[in-house]
Amino acid sequence: MSAYEHAEHIHAPPTTFFYKYVWSTDHKVIAKQYLFTAFFFLALGGLLAMVIRWQLAYPFEPLPLIGSLLKNTFVFDSAGSVRPEGFNQLVTMHGTIMIFFVIIPILVGAFGNFLIPLHVGARDVAFPILNALSYWLFLPAGVILFASFFVHEGPAAAGWTAYPPLSDLGPAATPGSGTGQVLWLVAIFLLGFSSILGGLNFLTTIIKMRAPGLTWSRLPLVTWAQFVTAIFQTLATPVLASATVMLLSDKLLGTSLFLPAGIHLTGDEPVAATGGGHPLLWQHIFWFYSHPAVYILILPGMGIASDLIATFARKPIFGYTAMVTSLVGIMGLGFIVWGHHMFMSGMSPAVGMAFMTSTMLIALPSGVKVFNWLGTLWNSSIRFTVPMLHALSFVALFIIGGLSGIYMAATPVDIFIHDTYYIVAHFHYVVFGGTLFAVFGGLTFWFPKMFGREMNRKWGFVHWLLTFVGFNAAFFPMHFLGEAGHMRRISTPTEYDFLGHLQPMNEWISWSAFLLGAAQLIFLVNFFGSMGKGRKSEANPWKSNTLEWSTASPVPFHNFDRIPTVYRGPYEYSSSAADGRGDWAPQDAPPDGRGHPAAH
Amino acid sequence: MTTATAHALSEHEQKVDRAKLGMWMFLGSEVMFFTGFLAAYIALRMSDPAWPSGHGRLNWPLAAANTVVLIVSSFTMALGVNAAQRNLTQRLRLCLGATALLGLVFLVVKAIEYNDKFHHGHYPSTDLFYGTYFLLTGFHGLHVLGGVIALTITAGMANRFSSKWFAPVENVGLYWHFVDIVWIFLFPTLYLL
Repeated sequence: MSAYEHAEHIHAPPTTFFYKYVWSTDHKVIAKQYLFTAFFFLALGGLLAMVIRWQLAYPFEPLPLIGSLLKNTFVFDSAGSVRPEGFNQLVTMHGTIMIFFVIIPILVGAFGNFLIPLHVGARDVAFPILNALSYWLFLPAGVILFASFFVHEGPAAAGWTAYPPLSDLGPAATPGSGTGQVLWLVAIFLLGFSSILGGLNFLTTIIKMRAPGLTWSRLPLVTWAQFVTAIFQTLATPVLASATVMLLSDKLLGTSLFLPAGIHLTGDEPVAATGGGHPLLWQHIFWFYSHPAVYILILPGMGIASDLIATFARKPIFGYTAMVTSLVGIMGLGFIVWGHHMFMSGMSPAVGMAFMTSTMLIALPSGVKVFNWLGTLWNSSIRFTVPMLHALSFVALFIIGGLSGIYMAATPVDIFIHDTYYIVAHFHYVVFGGTLFAVFGGLTFWFPKMFGREMNRKWGFVHWLLTFVGFNAAFFPMHFLGEAGHMRRISTPTEYDFLGHLQPMNEWISWSAFLLGAAQLIFLVNFFGSMGKGRKSEANPWKSNTLEWSTASPVPFHNFDRIPTVYRGPYEYSSSAADGRGDWAPQDAPPDGRGHPAAH
Repeated sequence: MTTATAHALSEHEQKVDRAKLGMWMFLGSEVMFFTGFLAAYIALRMSDPAWPSGHGRLNWPLAAANTVVLIVSSFTMALGVNAAQRNLTQRLRLCLGATALLGLVFLVVKAIEYNDKFHHGHYPSTDLFYGTYFLLTGFHGLHVLGGVIALTITAGMANRFSSKWFAPVENVGLYWHFVDIVWIFLFPTLYLL
């Protein structure tokens, strides 16, 4: 132990602006770089959603103010109304931005980077330079995607899934399928590369750099979730990389891996010279990555919820081992369910049955998690702090999104509701209702540790309330729209007689969405305002056990004065171990009580 | 116990440990990257009964010679790691240089092959046979190129390595063997079947 400490070679913190904030190798700075970049994209993706909702509530009516400012662009015509083709581009970019440039970078880039080294008791990740490189691959990817808004004919229009032939045919098929789609593919490739490097960095950090005494069964569930997510990133993302390379080859080198022969757009000339490829091949390869990616989107959120719930229920997490096992179970099953996105593709019923079964099996580990969260809450004295409200919302909304997921995994049901608003409701319940609430919970929880100040609790409560109400008001009715046959990705629901009676509901959803969007301004003002003006925070404002709370707020450059030694699990609340010293026992508090923060 | 052992290692040994683990995981992701290509190749080939045999369309004797070149380069690479373990700096530099040179030979032969195909009007856009051929061998070639660059840099640093610290040599070696193994799969699949 002492030999190790003598050998430890600690670098001095950087002093110049460039090394401090731009090319920083400090995991905490890189986490903030990811976070602020993702905030920009969150605002952008949210605004796109607002325009989408305007068009669906009031088809082809000029959008006040913004429409006239941006008229004669790819999205708005000369009157300031949304163009039908522009609508497809809005939907595509909203999905792409929210999944690849908001949720993944916040969950993995921001939370993963910030928490993993602190939770394992290390000074930084295993490969700090590679970590900086990950961000500096992510940022150009974002810039390239953003630039695609400004190219001739605008950004990609083939959906965030970029299905060929639409994505493969060039601008003759739809505006944005030319340069916009190429930029989209390049951006996703770079992002994937960044994600792979991030994943193997986190895996190495967690495997090799745990502090003395920090066994696998003492690892906080946030970090366990990041570990499982990093496996997905390292092994699934490369498949997305090869998929984007193949689609790029179709578009730039003239191969036709995803194009069958004899596609005609206008006139008699078939568009693909050779053909022979299969659009379904793309779907298989894409979903082989993107279904695991769905779990990249939710597992870290589950981890955050677990830590928050244990902390504010002041109880050990119920069934720690089962929580870890179910994370690993979701990962294993997550690799073999991708075909459930393709029940409509005419796959053999036997294959469909296999994918249906494997998909429904995911209900088991997910159910284990839900019941363990409820078991943790059972008979506890809950502290309804802002982070806890978000964590509880996560559980409630994940249950709804999870149940609708099992329902639509049944092939006969899926054939009925496929590509309807039911699907839109489902994945927004999981990714917004689930993950984004976990993100808000995590940000309000770790804000003091990140910035050394506290967020305003009153405005935090108002933000939570409006978000919870606005979210449910906007997305719950979408289930009904879907059951009534309202298609996804159509710009003009009023064009169909059988959807006419649903228009009031569309208007209701849109105004709820505007409320939801406006509520996020409260969060941004609270967040950035508190960064400068919030009350100074103590080291452990929530009386939480994990290692990051044992060091100062904000976390000093080297994280810990000395590498901590871990004596216990992360959730020892209200237990006999904490006897006589408050109701919590930090992981680095020795059994005899020396070193407890209460003694400081 | 395991963590206690890990901390009994010096900081330096721990870094070596991490670097090797990181490299193995990187290779894992590389395997998945090529798996994506190979899965597409298999699906396209199986669905087309008229898929031509590579035997008649590609220059398999040249590719066979290239296979030997890569296998020999893996041997020189292994000799290089051995030289590093035994503190033989001069031999290490020689082995790394020879490996890089063999990689370069492979690329030159590949270029001759490509040139010949272009000369006969065979491009990636010609049909799916050539499309997948250029894609698979092209990306393998890019990996060889990356390896040659890494080997050259490592050879230039040869005097910094010793039997105490040669993790970069080992990692470049792991990567190089991986590139070799990918070719061992590609050669029969594309040229012989």
